[in-house]
Amino acid sequence: MKKLRKKVYMLAGYNTISMGTGRKEFNPRKSRPGMEYYIEEAGQATLKDIGGANNVDEGVIGNFMAARFNNQANLPAFLPMIDPALKYKPSISVEGACASGGLALASGIKSILAETADVVLALGFEVQNTVKAMYGADILAGAGWQKMRKKGHAYFFPGTFSDRAGAYYEKYGKELTRKAMAKWYCNAIENARLCETAQEFQNTNPDLVSTANTPLNPKRFVEHLNVFDCSKVSDGASSIAIVSEDGLKRIGVPVSDAIEVIGFAQVAEDITQAPEDLTSLSTMKKAAEKAIEMAGISLDQIGTVELHDCFSIAGIMAIEAIGFAQKGKGCEFVLQGNTSRNGLIPTNTTGGLIGWGHPTGATGVHQAVTIWEQLTGKAGAAQINMRKEKPFAMSVNMGGDDKTLVAIIYRRGNNINEE
Amino acid sequence: MDSIRKMENVSVLGAAGKMGSGILVLLSLEMGKIKIGRKEQGDFVLNAIDVSPNALSNLMKYVESQLLKYAEKNIVELRDWYQSREDLIDNEEIIRQYVADVMAMIQTTTRLETAYDSDMIFEAIKEDKSLKVKLFSQIKQNNAKGWFLTNTSSVPIGEIDHEAGLNGDIIGYHFYNPPVIQKLLEIIKSEKTNDDLHAFAVDLAKSMRKIVVPSKDVAGFIGNGHFMRDALYALDQAQKIAQEESWSKAFYMVDTISRDLLVRPMGIFQLLDYVGIDVTRFILDSMQPSFPNENLTHEVLNQLIEKDVKGGQFADGSQKNGIFTYERGRIKEVYDLSEGKYLPVSEIEKECKFKMGVLPSTKLAWKTVVRDKKKADLLQEFFKELHQIDSFATNLAVDYGENSKAIAQMLVDTNVAESAKDVNTVLETGFFHAYGPINEYF
Repeated sequence: MKKLRKKVYMLAGYNTISMGTGRKEFNPRKSRPGMEYYIEEAGQATLKDIGGANNVDEGVIGNFMAARFNNQANLPAFLPMIDPALKYKPSISVEGACASGGLALASGIKSILAETADVVLALGFEVQNTVKAMYGADILAGAGWQKMRKKGHAYFFPGTFSDRAGAYYEKYGKELTRKAMAKWYCNAIENARLCETAQEFQNTNPDLVSTANTPLNPKRFVEHLNVFDCSKVSDGASSIAIVSEDGLKRIGVPVSDAIEVIGFAQVAEDITQAPEDLTSLSTMKKAAEKAIEMAGISLDQIGTVELHDCFSIAGIMAIEAIGFAQKGKGCEFVLQGNTSRNGLIPTNTTGGLIGWGHPTGATGVHQAVTIWEQLTGKAGAAQINMRKEKPFAMSVNMGGDDKTLVAIIYRRGNNINEE
Repeated sequence: MDSIRKMENVSVLGAAGKMGSGILVLLSLEMGKIKIGRKEQGDFVLNAIDVSPNALSNLMKYVESQLLKYAEKNIVELRDWYQSREDLIDNEEIIRQYVADVMAMIQTTTRLETAYDSDMIFEAIKEDKSLKVKLFSQIKQNNAKGWFLTNTSSVPIGEIDHEAGLNGDIIGYHFYNPPVIQKLLEIIKSEKTNDDLHAFAVDLAKSMRKIVVPSKDVAGFIGNGHFMRDALYALDQAQKIAQEESWSKAFYMVDTISRDLLVRPMGIFQLLDYVGIDVTRFILDSMQPSFPNENLTHEVLNQLIEKDVKGGQFADGSQKNGIFTYERGRIKEVYDLSEGKYLPVSEIEKECKFKMGVLPSTKLAWKTVVRDKKKADLLQEFFKELHQIDSFATNLAVDYGENSKAIAQMLVDTNVAESAKDVNTVLETGFFHAYGPINEYF
């Protein structure tokens, strides 16, 4: 598919709080709301903004590991829990590790294109503070190939990206890379402080740079990353409506309150194969290229990006994979302030996975919600200024170690058909 | 000396007690390092010996929970230890296996004879010299190679050695409560303590990541040498105040002043409750013979114990009633010695405040100080003001601080401690004081 055969819009996005360490109300020893609470809160909020559940044709739920974090499967049947009017409507769940949310979006987009639906409720969630970190690491390791678990680090994914960071240090210099990773962390927290639902919203640390430079501790953690280089362990849900032009009319919301999907790509790579080059995210590169090509735009027309910084080093490598910086130049690009909220390409404007949080199955949807907020002027304190010559936005959601990818290009909904 | 073979068969006497259970956990971790970590061959056995079978079964639950905590914290290393076990894949599987493997080394028993096979015998029974002597000599007669590491906090090691006929096979190995968490370890060599045992004890302490402070073999050593005299001084002050005020007010004020104006984690009488008033008297009694020129008894202690005011803790670690009663860790009532009953703090608080008079303008909480990187500046400023104010409370606080310093200095002057730094280390790590007693503030 070279071009979208019909218009696809997204609107009525909603994020719950990303709950976990960093939030004052989070106490690991006290009982907390379960997955039902998050699904209901996010789903009902979106329904309210699209005129209720009667307007919905289908639902799709993205989730990674409820089967282990919450001992729960058969997730499609949670859709009618959100609202009784969803009973007997089509509902599916999709899984692609941390790209599960992205897959939910891709699935919704395809339903619109296939004309099986005009209004899809797309929701992603994860409730992962049910176990301690070292057990959570076992569960999250499922995003990699199980046959590699034994060889892997206790903290499997931090270990995987620590290896990538180590390779990157060797090739491009450790000092410069660590500096850029610290900058990445500072940007993430500063952006999160502007977004009430962010896990790091209440962060008041006056010296983020020192925190970012916390010495590495391979004895207790991994060799090349500290915990601040890592995304958060989070409970949360995000939801958004994916609709056709007819769907928009049915809902009765002006198109300017929606964003339009103008290109998307969903690609996968063999999970049993080790990456060819530890210093680059080649599957992500492929996904980004395909999405850009379908959108028919150039990279310099992109005004903001939400990308998958599950680790600070992944953020820097994503900047290179998408093509904002040349290979090996990501650190300089970040250090020059290009990814800061007032920079060339404001990145992860509400904190990304490190600052906002990473409820794994929700993340892809959260990215779309943030972009919807930014493009329609609903981002509140986190609002960035979209420049006319850069009207487009992009989201890149990654599952596992560069294995399952979803990239989407958006622009604000427009009444005038420009084509 | 083969220190690994020495660890093959180890016993802990009094293993189910407050101190013994912690020591047992620490030793089980060490044996885990040797057997699982370093893959040393041998049947490693850790005997948990105690008089109470019931307490022993509770002990194993405690040990298991502590091992689990350790395993979770050290999963990175454990994965390495179990690398060759292809069947153990997830962290959870490895953690479970580790706990099971270490638990399998521990054997509980009520039979003292079990220690006859042990190369190392750790002891944490009650602070009763004659009982220690009796058990040690019985074991030694049946186990010539046995080394003894006693957790006594006050009985001279040389005396136990002599009376039990141990020929230098004993060393003082004084942990602080709770041993798993507290970093401080006082090591006390008697004149005869054999050098191999001493070297072993120091190495083991290092492996346990303890802060070691050597103490001369003088009753009470450094920790209780300071604490007991500090407590006697506080009792004297309370007694003096009680001549004019009620006993409840006397206890309350001295406790409050020793906590708030000396910036300590708890007041002196709360600490007595924590340790146990009967235990305190026991320690003092065991120290007395070594200090014929000093009076290490206090009639107030005797009177309290007579009235069954004893403090100490329940098996679950919660505080028993002592000089105070407590509600969620906070002082609720205070004992009035003359009336023989507890009075609510709220009834006397106001009058005490009035009596104590002017206090420093800012309240300096111990919690704040210990967390502050510039704690010396905070303390400097606080104590400077303390000296400038002339009130009942501040005068008592200054006297108290000076007395505490004098006790510490005496311990250095009589070579109980090798240096002022060592005394300060003991008070700062073993008693969580925010500053050492030998300081510029008093």
